[in-house]
Amino acid sequence: MSLMSYLGAIGAAQREAMDADERVIIIGEDVEANVYGTTGGGKSRADKGDFLQMYGRDRIRNTPISEEAIVGFAAGAAMTGLRPIVDLSYSSFLYMAMDQFVNQVAKNRYMFGGQASMPVVFRSAMFYGLNTGAHHSDRPYPMFMNVPGLKIIAPSSPSDAKGLLRYAIDSDDPVLTFEACLLWGSKEEVSDEEYRIPFGKARIAREGTDVTVVAISSSVPEAVAAADAMAAEGVSVEVIDPRTLVPMDTRAILESVSKTGRLVVAEPAHRTCGAAGEISAIVSEEIFDALKAPIIRVTAPDMQIPFSPALEKQMYPNRITIADAIRKVAGLR
Amino acid sequence: MAAPTKDQMLEMQRRMLRIRYFDERASKMVKRGHIPGTVHTSIGQEAQVVGATMALRDEDYMTGNHRSHGHPIGKGSPLGPLMAELVGKATGVCKGKGGSLHLADFSVGSLGESGIVGSSIPIAAGAALSASVLKKSHVSLAFFGDGAANQGVLYESINMAGVWKLPVIFLCENNQYALSTPAHTVTSGVIADRAAGFGIFGVRVENGQDVLEVFNAVSEAAARARAGEGPSLIEVVTYRFNEHSEGLRIGTDYRDPEEREQWLKRDPIVLFRNYLIAEGHFTAEALDALEAEVLAEVDEAVRFTDESPYPEPETAFADLYTDKEEQFA
Repeated sequence: MSLMSYLGAIGAAQREAMDADERVIIIGEDVEANVYGTTGGGKSRADKGDFLQMYGRDRIRNTPISEEAIVGFAAGAAMTGLRPIVDLSYSSFLYMAMDQFVNQVAKNRYMFGGQASMPVVFRSAMFYGLNTGAHHSDRPYPMFMNVPGLKIIAPSSPSDAKGLLRYAIDSDDPVLTFEACLLWGSKEEVSDEEYRIPFGKARIAREGTDVTVVAISSSVPEAVAAADAMAAEGVSVEVIDPRTLVPMDTRAILESVSKTGRLVVAEPAHRTCGAAGEISAIVSEEIFDALKAPIIRVTAPDMQIPFSPALEKQMYPNRITIADAIRKVAGLR
Repeated sequence: MAAPTKDQMLEMQRRMLRIRYFDERASKMVKRGHIPGTVHTSIGQEAQVVGATMALRDEDYMTGNHRSHGHPIGKGSPLGPLMAELVGKATGVCKGKGGSLHLADFSVGSLGESGIVGSSIPIAAGAALSASVLKKSHVSLAFFGDGAANQGVLYESINMAGVWKLPVIFLCENNQYALSTPAHTVTSGVIADRAAGFGIFGVRVENGQDVLEVFNAVSEAAARARAGEGPSLIEVVTYRFNEHSEGLRIGTDYRDPEEREQWLKRDPIVLFRNYLIAEGHFTAEALDALEAEVLAEVDEAVRFTDESPYPEPETAFADLYTDKEEQFA
């Protein structure tokens, strides 16, 4: 075990995968210079182990700013023997390659009757909460959940970031991983061994009996903080992190809500057609009778993200808004 | 560049005939309701398709577009599963999930057509990236039309393939119309000339009705690609004899009937037949026999299709992901 940041854990998973399999390559803008800190050393960019020196320009592919071609090349390469990891840096840049994601990456295997397999990982980070304004703050994972054929993951801890990414690279299907920039610096003890976390297995971040909070991405640590606060008020809160959104571990969510009878869903994406809406619908359809109170969603509003810190701060779920929702669903206010 | 052998030339004529007869039959089947939806035929463009595909090796890759039955046929795909796919049968090359617009036959290097204009171009370039990184000798070819020549993704792809010197050929099938829109009214300059701006090799094959001219241009591009000299942009000037899609009725005469008449006189299959006879390579009788043989092949493909079952409804819920348990049936 060693103390590792979320970002360092991603770098470690990439390094392990590059060492394990020569078909794994990294493609993206600024990957040569390790601008975002995941193509350098295992723990931080200052550490030893520059990817360019270790693997060469053949496997560390610095690209022009051409997202549509980057994604399309990666798809074509994945269909013909490589296993690319694509670093798209900001999640907002995915829109530039929307045709390739939706029409090629997601559809090719199906349209061609299973002839294609598409072992490719598309990494991007959601830069919300950092005063980068509307063009860099998107949390677009729900849009992609609406596209059959993609697998969608959103790790919320360093250990999960390493294990889920490694599993993603091993997967023969296309995976989009949405990292939260706000979590990059978070640290915990992470195994130095190689390990993989299978998709579709939620993590119970905190056990409890009165209220279930299903939280996604950076809402997970906020939900845990809210649970701590609520314990002082005598409410026992269970926090579930689905970790992978497609496929989703609905069983873990249903089991928890069957036990507590109360559900809050917290996520940083917009409200309409978000993951929170989907989770709420699944619970309502499957175990309506177990619910003791209406489900509450805590999400970003259906509003663009403003620049000023004075304006942006209020836009995402935090420990206060999540705790308020817990009180409400528990009938405490 | 070695001239094609007699056997190769006969094979060129065979594959051009396969495309012609296959698409003529498909056209009829659309109009009679045997093929659901519509098809876009390659009739008139056979020389451009076969000249290119015959210049590739069996293991080489290619991607197509919406007008793409000819591409897998040109690459050597058997006709039965292609025809069965157009009808939506279980024995179709894509198990009935693709249809005319999304044929693919990975066994001959056909990585798929795309119903979205220009969308498959970077897929071909990505296959060339595989060849480059994995040190294989494959070449990859992207077929796209004059319409796709004005899609931005083409230029992103050419640029990136250019800097990485990938073994990819960008082949523009300029049939001069993007559906109803004449290419010259929406295209600034000459498509092939755009190669110069990216520092890659570019050539315009003016007589795209001559299978040997196309074969030579693509053979040279493939040789350059295999020698590590990077991508080429080849523009082939040709003409589609039929409407944009079969059964389509457009009120406007966007094509001059006189123009079409002139092009019909330059039927690539007739031209090559005459050439093969005039050069003494084959007799008229031998070529007649070839035509009968291919016609029988198409009959057999239709028979195979007719005798094939439709897919079971539950198969609609397979093939999305590689792992079964995560399929959302």
